[in-house]
Amino acid sequence: MPPSPSPVADWILPQHGTEHGPVVLTQRRVYILPTGLGLLFAVTIVLLLIGSINYNLSLGYVLTFLLAGLGVVAMLHTWRNLARLSLRPGRVSPVYAGEHAVFAITLENHAGFDRIAIGISAEAATASYADIPAQAAASINIALPTARRGWLPLGRFRVFTTFPLGLFRAWSNVELDERCLVYPQPEPGDPPLPIATAVAGESGLHGRGAEDFAGLREYHPGDSPRHVAWKAYARGDQLLTKQFGGRASSEVWLDWATTPGHFGVEQRLARLTRWVLMAEADATAYGLKLPGREIPPGLGANHREACLQALALYDPKGGR
Amino acid sequence: MSIPVAENLSTGRVVALIGSLALVVAPHAVRIPLWIALIATSVMILRAALAWRGRGLPPPRLLVVLAIGSIVGIWLSFGMLFNRDAAVALLVLMLCLKMMELRSLRDAVVLILLGYFLVITNFLYSQTLPMALYLLGCVWLITACLVAFQYRTATPDPRPMLRMSGLMLAQAIPLMLVFFLLFPRVQGPLWGLPQASASALSGLSDSMSPGSLSSLSLSDAVAFRVEFDSPPPKANKLYWRGPVLWDFDGRTWRGGDAAPRIGRDIETVGTPIRYTITLEPHNMRWMFAIDLPAQRLEGALQTQDFQLLSIRPVRARQRYAMSSHLDYRYGANEPRRNLARALQLPEGFNPRARKLAADLYARSSTADEVVQSVLALFRGQPFYYTLVPPELGRDGIDEFLFETRRGFCEHYAASFVFLMRAAGVPARIVTGYQGGVLNPIGNYLIVRQSEAHAWAEVWMGDEGWVRVDPTAAVSPMRIEAGIAGAVPAGDPLPLMVRTDSEWLKRLRFSWDAAANGWNQWVLGYTPERQMQMLQRAGFARPNWQNLAVALMAVTSFVTAILCMLLLARLRRRVPDPVLSPWLALQAKLTRIGLGPRPGEGPMHWSERAATALPAEVADRLRSLADLYVRLRYGRDRAKGREVAELRRGVRALRV
Repeated sequence: MPPSPSPVADWILPQHGTEHGPVVLTQRRVYILPTGLGLLFAVTIVLLLIGSINYNLSLGYVLTFLLAGLGVVAMLHTWRNLARLSLRPGRVSPVYAGEHAVFAITLENHAGFDRIAIGISAEAATASYADIPAQAAASINIALPTARRGWLPLGRFRVFTTFPLGLFRAWSNVELDERCLVYPQPEPGDPPLPIATAVAGESGLHGRGAEDFAGLREYHPGDSPRHVAWKAYARGDQLLTKQFGGRASSEVWLDWATTPGHFGVEQRLARLTRWVLMAEADATAYGLKLPGREIPPGLGANHREACLQALALYDPKGGR
Repeated sequence: MSIPVAENLSTGRVVALIGSLALVVAPHAVRIPLWIALIATSVMILRAALAWRGRGLPPPRLLVVLAIGSIVGIWLSFGMLFNRDAAVALLVLMLCLKMMELRSLRDAVVLILLGYFLVITNFLYSQTLPMALYLLGCVWLITACLVAFQYRTATPDPRPMLRMSGLMLAQAIPLMLVFFLLFPRVQGPLWGLPQASASALSGLSDSMSPGSLSSLSLSDAVAFRVEFDSPPPKANKLYWRGPVLWDFDGRTWRGGDAAPRIGRDIETVGTPIRYTITLEPHNMRWMFAIDLPAQRLEGALQTQDFQLLSIRPVRARQRYAMSSHLDYRYGANEPRRNLARALQLPEGFNPRARKLAADLYARSSTADEVVQSVLALFRGQPFYYTLVPPELGRDGIDEFLFETRRGFCEHYAASFVFLMRAAGVPARIVTGYQGGVLNPIGNYLIVRQSEAHAWAEVWMGDEGWVRVDPTAAVSPMRIEAGIAGAVPAGDPLPLMVRTDSEWLKRLRFSWDAAANGWNQWVLGYTPERQMQMLQRAGFARPNWQNLAVALMAVTSFVTAILCMLLLARLRRRVPDPVLSPWLALQAKLTRIGLGPRPGEGPMHWSERAATALPAEVADRLRSLADLYVRLRYGRDRAKGREVAELRRGVRALRV
């Protein structure tokens, strides 16, 4: 069944805009309409009523009215299944463009009954469902396809349910403050890395095991916290990073300017993204130079993420 | 949390649906032709097996062929498609074919709605209390299936679905009652006439031949029930007048072409007795009343021989108030034409009886003497009353009077009237019921088919028509004590009229009282009753507008209450089983000034409190704090046993 029961209702009903933190689906923002199945059920009841009248069937009336009552009760149950449900944004991990961004939404049930078959659907995603026991929480993931790098907001999505009988659909539109960072899609293949330059001092050895303290330098975002000179920081100095000789004997600059000149912006970013991944895999210290932005060489997951974030958010017009 | 399944038509759900629908169809199994019952059974088994094995379904083309085939088959079996039985058979077959097409959620829902239809078709045949309960169970199961199909996760446990279905049906019952009482009723039918199968209903007919009444006496079906406004008359006064038979062809007595009553040649003594009859449908036109009915009835005409004939055949249970005179005289001015009809006899039958009648006539001077000598004959000769009389040949009355001498009321009535007519006394046969059993539990009289009876009326000039019951001459017990007391032991009698064991009798009476209440209040809730109820509720001149307003108001009220009940569960917070005893413990210690300070954790607080307490209490407080911390912050889930231990420990701690 299509996720949108009524575009007209969406147009009439108030919009809430982006909301921060937990959103409670208060009674006023849970809407309900019969489904196609509900209309079929209503037609069945009318036919049963006509049959009961025609044959003077007292028990036919009983069944007809019992089913009609069941319809009313089902409406209340469906509505209650959603009312006062609480939604919180969950963790979102960055993805590369072309992959699916997975948004976790945590649903908390503070009521004294189980909420069954709660679904969430967004425009570009198929619906996912979860059961939430009484006084417990559950998580639903929405996977949205990504096409472009940058921030991808989850946008407006719909929480809905047709439980218990499928005769009615209760729904509420929610826009949580939740977004996913989309890295540029890495260029396919293995474009050769720019030539690494040897770092002053030792050479040759790729320094496995030679972890001699070589001095301190200014902290750059992306430096591993393990290498931060916390003692110096505690003394009141600025944040400094300990450097070890031999650990990275060479470093490479991944420079916007070294990418081929005929490349467009996105192609250059794709090339740089691939280079970041390759350098990280080679354990070669790498720095990133973008017009207006420079990340000094480093290694490690944090460093890589800082570089990828810079690439993802690079704005050719703004320079940053 | 849970794994979503794309396809929620799991094997268990499909098999449960087929099983529930099979239960709905089951009562039809004996009513539909055998070939349809066999096809339905095998299709259901096959479909369940396919689901079990995870096999595919037959192609749609095959189903189209089967559907056309079954329509043709039903047309050949019934000669039509749209009478009741054919429509039910068709519905059963279509349900089975649809099962073979159960591929999607939508198909499942269509099957469920068809299932609700099939439930109501069962009521066309039987609306008894046990059937209603059985089908209510079926509705519960079908609705549970509908709930199951709404689950998006694979949950093999059917209990929550059954619970949900039961809960919702229970919550729907108040609304159902409101609608049942207040929905403006229309008297059906809306179109055509629902054709009930006449043969299925037992009852009196407009003709009588040897054996027709005694076969009826084997049926314990209820003919009608009677509530008296005053104490009921004695059993020997309870002659329930039915068809009056005039014409004899040598074997069969017939009634018919009864003219409506015009004159008022009736004299009565005393006030009439009043009562209300609830007549079971018998597909004929007679409405029964105690001899002699004192009033006319709306929707029925009164014939000149005092039958009450409904305008339309009685196809539904009917309730009517009646009154009767027990002491009366009527028919003194009977038209000559009728008297001639009451003397008619076919030529060439029963020569010995005719001769006997001629002798009696020669010896008597008045009609009354003829009557008395025939009754004396029945009393004096070895005549027996039995439910299993011997077969009689062409001259049945001769054989009965002079050879077999064993007979049921119809034999005695027929030979008596024959002798009367042969002796020149106008006489006719009246059939109906005699007696009835008082149900002490519901305080009403039950008259069963087994109480069917035939007696005679003789015309005696100024006296008019006088009732004579020749059976009473042979077997006074039949009239005084009912049929069970009159027949010899060993004669077959229906279960419901036997009088053997006391508790069985009590059980039967209770059961009949329940059935009667069901009939009166559920099945007998007609448009008239609805209006009566409104009148009692205070509407002076009730109409359907009143009903509509009342229906809306009460429905809104009931729905509002339901809403409040459901919302209450929405707001209720279940107390945390670990936290609440801990809070109780804190409250206990706060009372003696050892409450926790702001920001103080459970360990710090309990340690500080323990140092201020006697050693024994301090140890117990420490261990309770350990337990609490483990249950609340520990890695493992809190176990019920330990939670109970914490609760007990807190309760037992005296400070």
